[in-house]
Amino acid sequence: MTNCGLGIADCGLNVIPRAMLMPVVALAAALVVPPTPAAAQTVAVEGGRVYTMTGAPIENGTVLIRDGVVVAVGANVAVPAGATRIDARGKIVTPGFFESDTHLGLVEVGAVGTTRDYATQHEPTGDTDDVVQAAFNVADGLNPNSIVLPVTRVAGVTTAVSRPDGGLIAGQGVVIDLAGASADALLVRSPVAMFAALGEDGQRAGGGARAGATLRLREVLEDARAYARRRADFERGETRAFAASRLDLEALQPVLQGRLPLVVEAHRASDIRAALRIAAEYDLRLVILGGTEAWMLAGELARARVPVIVKVLQNLPESFERLGARYDNAALLRQAGVQVALTTSDTHNARNLPQEAGNAVAYGLPYDEALRAVTLYPAQIWGVAERYGSLAPGKVANLVVWSGDPLELLTTVEQVLIRGRPVPLVSRDTELRDRYRNPADARRAYP
Amino acid sequence: MQRVLSTLLLASVVGCASRAAPASAPAAAASRAAPAAAPRAADPFPSTYQPFASRPTVIRGGTVMTAAGQVIPRGELLLRDGKVAAVGERVEAPADAVVIDASGKYVTPGVIDTHSHLGVYPSPGVDAHSDGNEATNPNTAGVWAEHSVWPQDPGFARALAGGVTTLQVLPGSANLFGGRSVTLRNVPARTAQAMKFPGAPYGLKMACGENPKRVYRARGPSTRMGNVAGYRDAFIKASDYRRRWDEWEKNGRDASKQPTRDLALETLAETLRGNILIHNHCYRADEMATQLDVFREFGVRPRSFHHGVEAYKIADLLARDSVSASLWADWWGFKMEALDGTLANIPLVHAAGARAIVHSDDPGGIQRLNQEAAKALRAGRAAGLQLSDDDALRWFTANAAWALGIDDQVGTLALGKRADVVVWSGHPFSVYTRAEKVFVDGALLYDRTDPALQPREDFEIGILPTEAR
Repeated sequence: MTNCGLGIADCGLNVIPRAMLMPVVALAAALVVPPTPAAAQTVAVEGGRVYTMTGAPIENGTVLIRDGVVVAVGANVAVPAGATRIDARGKIVTPGFFESDTHLGLVEVGAVGTTRDYATQHEPTGDTDDVVQAAFNVADGLNPNSIVLPVTRVAGVTTAVSRPDGGLIAGQGVVIDLAGASADALLVRSPVAMFAALGEDGQRAGGGARAGATLRLREVLEDARAYARRRADFERGETRAFAASRLDLEALQPVLQGRLPLVVEAHRASDIRAALRIAAEYDLRLVILGGTEAWMLAGELARARVPVIVKVLQNLPESFERLGARYDNAALLRQAGVQVALTTSDTHNARNLPQEAGNAVAYGLPYDEALRAVTLYPAQIWGVAERYGSLAPGKVANLVVWSGDPLELLTTVEQVLIRGRPVPLVSRDTELRDRYRNPADARRAYP
Repeated sequence: MQRVLSTLLLASVVGCASRAAPASAPAAAASRAAPAAAPRAADPFPSTYQPFASRPTVIRGGTVMTAAGQVIPRGELLLRDGKVAAVGERVEAPADAVVIDASGKYVTPGVIDTHSHLGVYPSPGVDAHSDGNEATNPNTAGVWAEHSVWPQDPGFARALAGGVTTLQVLPGSANLFGGRSVTLRNVPARTAQAMKFPGAPYGLKMACGENPKRVYRARGPSTRMGNVAGYRDAFIKASDYRRRWDEWEKNGRDASKQPTRDLALETLAETLRGNILIHNHCYRADEMATQLDVFREFGVRPRSFHHGVEAYKIADLLARDSVSASLWADWWGFKMEALDGTLANIPLVHAAGARAIVHSDDPGGIQRLNQEAAKALRAGRAAGLQLSDDDALRWFTANAAWALGIDDQVGTLALGKRADVVVWSGHPFSVYTRAEKVFVDGALLYDRTDPALQPREDFEIGILPTEAR
């Protein structure tokens, strides 16, 4: 937790204190995983090639886990008696993959509105009446029983940003682990960032012009500042009318204080520049999401230390804000010194994150950088690198054992641990598969 | 992400198209009572495709995967006069042949996509480019996708860079009958006609389920039973139309008694004659089963079910009726009828003995059908199914060619077939592999190492400032 540190009052309500996390984890895992000893649990993942993400890979490495936390990583780690031993010889061990742009836990069936909880505005374009939803935090809508979570985690993705969408300021996203008995148990960090959109999406929210969206964004930020100075006057009704609701203005304070990142989805180079300009004006911590043409201003982004969340598999001029789409966007950005995290920008197929990373390598991103772009870098960008994104003592034990190169299409996932617990490699996908191995069998419908 | 969702919905609305069935199609043979004597006006929009100039070419040293069950390590391939002239461990190279060293690389047939909307939903996806769904009537069997195809869609060149040499472009899935599809050679051209695969049968795009009943909710059909009544009503009228024309033919083609032409009924009558192949967008298992009955009522068989997220549930029925299934590796969850997805769908359909196909329905996915097949292959092997690399290769080559009724010309590296060939930088199922060279009818039309052999469509000319390129 880099910015919204554990003791800070403004974050206290929303960030899960470390002291609270472990009991919650234990409870959650107990309901996810087949019966396990209720007492302290020690797990050893032995003999694999361990990518710690902070140093060179360790051959024949062992990862020792106690109570959901990594306690030792190395080639000569003593495994205590009674530990659950997982054989990873000849296999690859990495931190669980970290997806940076999903609606996981917030949607079950895309086209069924009653299962969709990531937008307070009307699909698909946003209701222009209320384009500022800064106070909307998706967390209360999280469904820990979503069938999409197991489908995703059995593919090696253990942690994700789940975010709101729509309008100019969509609201606050969260980081979740993909196993847990309750929304609270899923949560790693809430809120993790404020999400907004410029470009074609913002244009609609701005009344039909790009500069209308930036005008509105600046107006809301100005008013949030004014509100902070005059809370008491506001409560007495002695201020002018503000351009957003009290809750929205309140929710923007951590953004103005630089404690909560502002994530701006933008694709055209000029839209990304507009975001950079506004971030500089208000001294905001900016993250660019999408950034289709970000490669055109890689140097500026690097100098401003603005990370970019990139969907790799995108090379079509599918709209006029994406004319510069190219497969080597991530590689070009990284080459210029921009921190890049990779994403599928998908929810039901967030499981394809390894494929995105593999394609990034095919288009020039160094292999180790691609691995970090789905583990360590997202953890850093989202402010949880103290506990996520690498394998070292003190880190949350989210890890994956792969049959081979994690980015290869034919590689299988052999083990997934979330908070130190092995997750059954079962999902609705595999259960339906097994039910229909012999489709003509009429007894198929019975257990 | 919203964009992804709406694209999926659009794609699924637009979804399935149809293809023309060759007269030799088994379905046609089974259903035809008498020799077709229907009048077929000279094709009003014949293919004007001309293969690009080619030179005799020998590709040697690579692993040749024929998609016909044969994998030849360090194999050789001779392309001559646009055809596969020799394939084996050693082939005689003419003195004037271009020799390509494919050592360490892989050689396969050109990729074939049975389900694309390139050209009819081109990039950029602005409203003015929305030409894939004539969503004005549940039955628009009279429209032809080729009349919407914009040959300057930047997606064509990108698909070529992904190894795609042949694709079926379909109308969307808003309607019960969306119209005729067209099968294209993936070559740069000024007109769709110049891309048309010579002699390829047309397809008829049909759609089940959610899309038509949603689009026509106000006027009907608004239910699945309404959809089915709509198919049957149309086929009843088409049967009558066909009979009137057959009788007119039989009775001496008296000009004064010639029946009036109707474009929609003409397409449907040709479908009933087996000359146009049925491509049916259909997700749910029970609906596919119903469709098989509907088609049987009118003496035809569908050539391919498209999308078929639940195809694995009726894989035995697909095998029984010799119907192929054009499927995604892993798309699921975007609507109710796509909820029961499994990564094992393609492998389970394959294992049941039906022709499994990996299709794209997407301008991104069409660029990496090899990767999509690899994911399905992984899932199949993880489920314990015995699947060879060649099996999975057939999912986007030979089986796709069959579904389009052109398997006598493309889809495998067999002697005499069109020399549509991809040289891959590595194994086609590796994520790091790229198509390096792509031949269409023996002509090298894409070379990853040669910017002069990387086509661009008009739309992209000068569209970005020079310094940004």
